[in-house]
Amino acid sequence: MNEYQYSTEIPGGGHWSFRMRRGTQLRLTDLHGGGNAGMLFYNPENLLERYNAPDTLKCQHTFRLSRGNCLYSDMGRIFASIIEDDHGWHDTVCGNTRYSHIAEKWGARDYQHHRNGWFQNGHDAFLVEMEKYGLNRQDLAANVNWFSKVATDKEGNLYLDDTTARAGDRVVLRFEMDTLVILHSCPHPLSQADSYPALPIQVELGLAAPIASDDVCRNWCEENQRGFQNNALYHLGT
Amino acid sequence: MITESQYDDKAVDFREMVAAGDYFLHTLKKGQVIRILDLEGNQAADTLFFNAEDPGERYSAMDTIREQGNVYLTAGSVLRSNENNPMLEIIADTCGRHDTLGGACATESNTVRYALEKRCMHACRDSWMLAIAEHPEYGLDKRDISHNINFFMNVPVTEAGGLTFADGISAPGKYVEMRACMDVIVLISNCPQLNNPCNGYNPTPVAVLIWDQ
Ligand SMILES: [Zn+2]
Repeated sequence: MNEYQYSTEIPGGGHWSFRMRRGTQLRLTDLHGGGNAGMLFYNPENLLERYNAPDTLKCQHTFRLSRGNCLYSDMGRIFASIIEDDHGWHDTVCGNTRYSHIAEKWGARDYQHHRNGWFQNGHDAFLVEMEKYGLNRQDLAANVNWFSKVATDKEGNLYLDDTTARAGDRVVLRFEMDTLVILHSCPHPLSQADSYPALPIQVELGLAAPIASDDVCRNWCEENQRGFQNNALYHLGT
Repeated sequence: MITESQYDDKAVDFREMVAAGDYFLHTLKKGQVIRILDLEGNQAADTLFFNAEDPGERYSAMDTIREQGNVYLTAGSVLRSNENNPMLEIIADTCGRHDTLGGACATESNTVRYALEKRCMHACRDSWMLAIAEHPEYGLDKRDISHNINFFMNVPVTEAGGLTFADGISAPGKYVEMRACMDVIVLISNCPQLNNPCNGYNPTPVAVLIWDQ
């Protein structure tokens, strides 16, 4: 299945949200290279269930997210599986830019003076989308930053490696349960770009193929097999 | 960074033992110093902090590690809130490294990490749930229970992007000490985990000491 029924472009510094159904998939494309897409996940039937970065990392013994990895909720279930990935390494620990980060790095630009050329920040962008569903800063969890490779050196120092970014890099998420997705396309907080990187992200939505017995995500590790069993229990009778 | 305390244990203003599997919930005033003491070694103290005036502001692992540019916590680390404000500063540490990536154990994540039938084993998040249920006066709810610190845990990140749960680097008598930059609620789950080699499958008590100045 590669038929995407809906396609849209989120301009750099934008935000959006949508409800994905179980069995659908989402393809993100970093159109120009060097883009960043911040993302959070909630269970729309129980907003208290949300993406849990620590469980996602430790269940799969990884600090980076890539093809084969699953995105876990705090309830031991899988929101989505990363079934394709050109980029190879996505961050889920650095959080977001704030107004002060943007002003310090690239100067303050506001809507009054710059209209749609203003510099939005990831923190506020998330809050705006979250409030639409009754969620607020208390519900803000550690988010994924797609297309941003954040590695560490031996001492644990973090750095954003932007040398791997290529125009057209894609990542595909297959949803394993109904999921509210909150998205922004603001810069990564460790970005060292000379000017505010207002880089668009393409979003495509479609139906996922049935999960095959050799599925790369389910078979990635024993932990993921158990995560899928938890989802099967959640969906019992459906 | 190994940094010894300047505080005298005999002049302590508050001292409490926290048994393995119990929680500790207490409000620390700005300027007070709190020490968590690993009495028997290789224990994990899964800790959350909240602004006592406004518990919607709380410890944020991502703000903390992003602003310090490093994934490990030790003396000199400033523990930041989800508003990116300094909440506490680590002023002494005889362990040298503490984890804030691995999060807390939960009955639900235990089913994934270890086995589906581990669901009813006691876990840190259950201790936190009991703490907030028994103490509504703190104004905390499940939404506030987020990405925590694991004092005394060592969870190294490799340069290739792996995450490993290494043997503990703590030992009997090691401690971490922090000064509060604002009035903070401290919520510790003294980890009851029986499935992880980090604590030698043997959870043990910790002590909490507080100095007023
Ligand atoms: Zn625990």
